[in-house]
Amino acid sequence: MTIDTKKRELLVKGAAVASMTIASGVMLIAPAIARKAGEAASDKVRWGLLIDSNKCDAGCDECVVACKTENGWKSHDRPSTDPQWIRKVNLRDKKTGATHSLPVMCQHCENPPCVDVCPTGASMQRADGVVLVNRHTCIGCRYCMLACPYKARSFVHEDVTGQKPHMPRGKGTVESCTLCVHRIDIGRTPACVEACSSKAGRSAITFGDLNNPSSNIAKELSRYVTTRLRSDLGLEPGVHYRGV
Amino acid sequence: MRQQKYTLGVLLLAVVGFAISSVQAKHETVPLPHLSKAIKGEECVEPNDTMRRNHMTYLMHQRDETVIEGIRGKKYSLQACIDCHATADPKIENGKMRTVKPFCAECHSYAAVKIDCFDCHNPSVPLEKTTNTFHEIITAHIRESGASK
Amino acid sequence: MKQVLFTQIKGNSGSYWIYLTFLAAFILIGLNAAWYMEHNGHWVTGMNNQIVWGTPHVFAVFLIISASGALNIASISSVFGRNTYKPLARLSTLLALSLLAGGLMVLVLDLGRPDRLIVALTTHNFRSIFAWNIFLYNGFFLIVLVYLWVMLERRMNKYIKIIGVLALIWRLALTTGTGAIFGFIVARQAYDAAIMAPLFIAMSFSFGLAVFLLVLLFSYRSSDRILGDVVLQKLKKLLGIFVIAVLYFVLIQHLTNLYSAEHRVFEDFILRNGGIYTQIFWFGQIIIGSLIPLALFYHPKTGQNHNLIALATLMIIFGGFAQLYLIIIAGQAFPLTIFPGFEETSTFFDGVVASYTPSVPEFLLGLGGFAVSFFVISVALRALPFLPEKLADSDVDPNFVE
Repeated sequence: MTIDTKKRELLVKGAAVASMTIASGVMLIAPAIARKAGEAASDKVRWGLLIDSNKCDAGCDECVVACKTENGWKSHDRPSTDPQWIRKVNLRDKKTGATHSLPVMCQHCENPPCVDVCPTGASMQRADGVVLVNRHTCIGCRYCMLACPYKARSFVHEDVTGQKPHMPRGKGTVESCTLCVHRIDIGRTPACVEACSSKAGRSAITFGDLNNPSSNIAKELSRYVTTRLRSDLGLEPGVHYRGV
Repeated sequence: MRQQKYTLGVLLLAVVGFAISSVQAKHETVPLPHLSKAIKGEECVEPNDTMRRNHMTYLMHQRDETVIEGIRGKKYSLQACIDCHATADPKIENGKMRTVKPFCAECHSYAAVKIDCFDCHNPSVPLEKTTNTFHEIITAHIRESGASK
Repeated sequence: MKQVLFTQIKGNSGSYWIYLTFLAAFILIGLNAAWYMEHNGHWVTGMNNQIVWGTPHVFAVFLIISASGALNIASISSVFGRNTYKPLARLSTLLALSLLAGGLMVLVLDLGRPDRLIVALTTHNFRSIFAWNIFLYNGFFLIVLVYLWVMLERRMNKYIKIIGVLALIWRLALTTGTGAIFGFIVARQAYDAAIMAPLFIAMSFSFGLAVFLLVLLFSYRSSDRILGDVVLQKLKKLLGIFVIAVLYFVLIQHLTNLYSAEHRVFEDFILRNGGIYTQIFWFGQIIIGSLIPLALFYHPKTGQNHNLIALATLMIIFGGFAQLYLIIIAGQAFPLTIFPGFEETSTFFDGVVASYTPSVPEFLLGLGGFAVSFFVISVALRALPFLPEKLADSDVDPNFVE
C-alpha cells in the first residue's frame, strides 16, 4: 500500500512538475501578445532578446538559416555584398586561445546611432523598441551602415525577386534584423528564437518584453548578470548576452 | 520680317499638330484600361471612383502607419489589396500564382505613371490563401469592417 | 586708384571647343557610369557591406570641401579687406558654385535610390548632420549666387561686405558639417574625433586654394593673359601656410591617437602595417601631398617658376585625394572592435581588414563630377566677365579700389 501511495505521490508530483515545465515552456515560446488590428505598437513594451551564448557552438547556425528562410534573404555567392541580417561570430582569446561562438544581429539599441544619422528618418525606432529601416523613405546613402558599431546592417546590392510577402525588400535600400516584427505583432516569436529552441534544441535565445518584470526574459535578466556588446558606448542595446 | 515668318511657321506647326492629335484621340487609338475583376468580394473598400482618385493617398498613409506605428490589418492594408485583386494568369508562373501586377499595370501604363511598389513588394500570392501575415483576429476584423463586402 | 577691367574669355578657338567637347564626353561617361551602377545594383562596384562609401565619395567630398575653400579668396577680399585679392573674388565665387555642383552630383548619383532625391530634400531628421548638410549645401548655392550678383552689379557693391560675412560664416558651418559627418560617428576608431571638423576646415582652405590657383594659371595661360608674380606669389605663400596648417592638424590627430593604448592598433594600421593604406599615407599624403610642394614653394629657385608652382599645386591636390581616401576608405577598412581583446571571425568579415578595390564605374562617376565643374567654369568664363584682363605686376596696385 505504502509503495502505491508513494508511486501515486510521485506521479502527482511528477505531473505537477511536468505541467509547470510545459507551462513555462509555453510561456517561453509565446510571450508576445498579439495586437489587435488597427492597434499601434506601444512604448509600454520594450522587446528584447537574451542570448545565452554558452549554449552556442561554432558548428551551429540554425538561427541564421531560420532568418534567411523567414525573411527571404539569400546568398548570391558574393560574400562581400551579400545580405547578412544575423551572423555567427567566432571569438578567440588572443592570449589563451579559448574560443567562443555567438550570434550577432541588430542590437535594437535604445539610443541607436543609426537612427541619429539617417538624413531622411528612414532608420527609425518603433515605439516598442524595435529598430527598423523604413524602406519607403530610405535613399540608400548607407550612412547608417557607417554608424552602426555592430555592423548590423547590409545594403541590397542587386535586384530582388521572390520576396516573402511579409518582408518586402528591394535594391538600393538598407536592411537589418527586424526582430521579426511581422511575427511578434501577431503573438509569435522571432524566427531565430523558434529555430533555436525547436530545430537546434538549444533554446539559447529568449525573446520578451524587457519592461514587464514578470516576463521570462526580465526574470532571467534579474537572476544572472548579463552583458551587452559595446555597452561602454551608452547605446543601451536591447539584446543581452550571457557567456560573453 | 524673317522673325515674323518663323513665328508664323511655328504657330502653324502647332495648330496642325494639335489638329492631328485631336483627330487621333477621337478614334481612340490607345485602348482604355479594362480592369480584371477581383477574385473576392463584390466591391472594393471604397467606391470605384473614390478608389481611382485616392488610392495613392490611402496607400501612402497606410504604409507609414504600418511601418512606423506598427498598425496592421486596417482598411487600406496593401496585403488585403493584393489578396483581392491578384488574379491567376496562365502566362504568369503557369497560373500557379496569382499576381496583382497586371491589375495595377493596366491603368498605370495607360496613365504612364511609374510605380515602384513591386521593386520591393512581391506582387504574387499563392492561389488559395491570403499571405500568412494576418492572424485570424485581423482577417476577421477586415471581414467585419466590410473590407471584403 | 586703378580700375580692374574684367572681361570674358574669347572662347572661339578650336582648342576651346575641343576642350568643351572633351569635358562633355566625360560628363556623359560619368552619367552612364551612374546609370550602370544604379541599374545593376551596387554589386558591380567595388563598394560592399564593409566599405560602404568608396571612390565616388572621395571625389565628392574633395569637390565639396574645395568648393568651400575656393571661396576663401573672395572672403579675404570682402571680409578682411585685402585689396590685392579683390580682382580674384569673382572667379572665387564661380569656382565655389561649380565645384559644389560637381560634388553634389556625384554624391546624389551614387545613392542606392537616387530617384528618391525628392524624399531627401523634403523629409529631414534634424538629428542627422547629413540632413543639416542638405540645407547648408543648398543655402551655400543661394548665398554665393547672391554674393556673385552683388559683385557683378555695380549698384549692389555696397552689400559685398555683409554678404561676404554671411558667406564666410555659412561655409565654415558647411565645412564643419562635412567634417562632422565623420566626426560624429562613435562606432569607428578612425572617426569619432572632434578634430575632424577643424581638420576639414584646414583641408578645405588648402585644397580649395590649390584648385583655384590651378584654374587661375590654366585660364590665364590659355587665354593669353598675364599673371604677374605679385598675385601669384601671394597666392602661393597663402597656399603654403594652408598646407602647413593641414599638416599640423594631421600631426595632432595622430599624436593624440598614438598616446592612447586604445587607438594604437589603428595608428599602427595607418602608419606602419596597413599595406596600401600606409603607402598612401606616407607617399601620397605626406611626401607628395605636403612636403615636396612645400619644398617647391619655399625654395628660392623653384618658388619663382610658374610651371613648378603649378606642379606643386597638382601634387597638393593629389595629396588631398590621398588624405580623403584614407579618411573615408581606410577608416572603414579597419575592423570594428565589437569584442575588444578577442580575435573575431565570421561570414560577415568581422575582425578582418576589409578589402576594397576601386572599380571603373566609381572612378568614372567621380571624374564626371570634375568634368561638370570644369564645364561650368569654362562656359561661365566665356559668358560673363569673371577674369581680370590683366593681373601683371604693373596692373596690380595694392591700393586700388574696384
